[in-house]
Amino acid sequence: MDHSPILVVITPFVGAYLSPLLGLWRERLCHLVAVAAALLSLFFSFRLAGSVLTSGTIRYWVGGWEPPWGIELVVDPLSAFMCLTISLVSLLAVIYSKNFIEKELPGGKITSYYTLILLLIGGMLGVVVTGDLFNLFVMTEIFSIAAYALVAISGKRGSFIGSYRYLILASIGTSLILLGTGYLYIITGTLNMADLSVRLPAFYDSWVVFGALAFLLIGFGIKTALFPLHTWLPGAYSIAPAPVTVIFSAVVSKVGGYSLIRVLFTIFGLEFITDLVPVAPALTWVAAATILVASMFAISQRSLMRMLAYSSVAHIGYVVLGVALAVEMGMTGGILHIFNHALATGCLFFCAGAVIYKTGIRHIDDLRGLGGKIPLTMAAFTLAAASKVGIPPTAGFVSKFYLSLGALEAGEWIFVIVILLASLMTAVFYLRVINLIFFGGDKHEGKVQRDELPLSMLVPIIILALGCAVFGIFVGIPLRLVEPAVMVLSGM
Amino acid sequence: MMTTVVIQTIARVVVPFLQLFGLYIIVHGPVSPGGGFQGGVIVGASMILLALSYDLSSAETKVSHKVRIAMDSTGALLFAGIGLLCLLAGGVFLEYGIIPLPMVPAEVRGLMILLVGVAIGIHIMALAASLFLHLAEEHDT
Repeated sequence: MDHSPILVVITPFVGAYLSPLLGLWRERLCHLVAVAAALLSLFFSFRLAGSVLTSGTIRYWVGGWEPPWGIELVVDPLSAFMCLTISLVSLLAVIYSKNFIEKELPGGKITSYYTLILLLIGGMLGVVVTGDLFNLFVMTEIFSIAAYALVAISGKRGSFIGSYRYLILASIGTSLILLGTGYLYIITGTLNMADLSVRLPAFYDSWVVFGALAFLLIGFGIKTALFPLHTWLPGAYSIAPAPVTVIFSAVVSKVGGYSLIRVLFTIFGLEFITDLVPVAPALTWVAAATILVASMFAISQRSLMRMLAYSSVAHIGYVVLGVALAVEMGMTGGILHIFNHALATGCLFFCAGAVIYKTGIRHIDDLRGLGGKIPLTMAAFTLAAASKVGIPPTAGFVSKFYLSLGALEAGEWIFVIVILLASLMTAVFYLRVINLIFFGGDKHEGKVQRDELPLSMLVPIIILALGCAVFGIFVGIPLRLVEPAVMVLSGM
Repeated sequence: MMTTVVIQTIARVVVPFLQLFGLYIIVHGPVSPGGGFQGGVIVGASMILLALSYDLSSAETKVSHKVRIAMDSTGALLFAGIGLLCLLAGGVFLEYGIIPLPMVPAEVRGLMILLVGVAIGIHIMALAASLFLHLAEEHDT
């Protein structure tokens, strides 16, 4: 029997508790433990993806207890796809952490940093492999609590208030998720997702079900940072250490989106959310508003990190828009964008972190002339920005193309205009930065030496930047998992 | 904070009983209400009582930061280790009955739940004490 579904979750947790133990003895062992745990998780994710592709959805009964009594882990193509994305980005972020954290964090916090980051990774992987609604809530709490602490860990000015805001809003979110879960449990007597989807149709006219749906939507809406529930995000993202921000923007909010997809499509089902209660059409409008408003805010930012944070809010909007269109092309685009955006935003935040590491610069105006100082990093930045704008042949172009096709397929041409307009706005704020970096004169003549980053930071940047280009051309590789995922979700 | 000799003496008398009661709750987990978490919290609370009735540093010398971290990690790793042991024995994660011991499966399950309870107990007693001591200690910012 293949134990990958549980091992992919347990490995980071074991690493998380091994790291403080070894940290008492030698602090630098923590980094090795974290890299090893993340590497093992990636290995198990690949095995999961392999067996999902060959033999379909995997069901794993923890403790040997049959569902709906025991906890069931369900890995379908979407879960395997999320697992791969999460563990790939996490591995790169952990590798990148070595030099960055040693310089940026005050002494004595390195051990807790690696513990927290492994808990964050484990919690997210737990969310995506579980087939039990209450377990999903527990895992959401685990990764959220690790995330609050990671926002505050630097102890710098603003980090506590940023973390506090995040804590309050996200706790409201998780409370609502718990309430919604409780409502569903009261009315159906089960928490297993597959079981819920069988039992729920009998109660489709009940107000309890509507209440549960509303609570779950708003709860996961806060986690996903949909407009107008996104206010916690820019503060938290811009203040956390760069490798953490990479994980946040590339996967944490996507995991919220994933939970939203699970609740809407697996538990309530396509028919309920489009015909009986028009949640999906409403979500498309919320997503469109998220895209436009966040892009607008991004243009007006002066801090590079905040600009990237708003830009990643906008891109979560694309994911939700595509999925909520509830047509095949749109869902393909939305889910594909989870991966493509993770590559691009990961690379951009890595580069922003590299600039902070090298020079301490946080403001966009101060970036002038850095293109000549750290050319490889800035070239990667440009490539990833091109992917975010959606310039062919980068990965971002492909998913936006699918999204536009999906909008046309659904007959909602207005969203094509939204996507084009937002891409234009994205181009505005990225081109401004790129222009300053390469052609803005040199503000740091003689102050900043020309040399590249340490290898542990440069390699993750280059891998993600190349990923943006490679997966724009070889689209078939991620689509092998995305297409069956769409099939499973739409019940075909 | 004001503390008197009355409080200190009573605390000193009560603490051993508290801890014994906590251990009782932990080891009776498989057969009666309670278990690792509840018992662990009681043992942790005894350290909080010490810290309240004497001062922080006296509780800190009883269980230092390093000891708490070691207990915390060891407990969690023991739990995960028992779960993974079931994988080695050919079962699924946490399927206690499959571990090959010379007993009937129900007894093996009971024994493993006791071990898991002890693991969680170690984890939680360090955690409960840490939660209080960390929040109470003076921060420089």
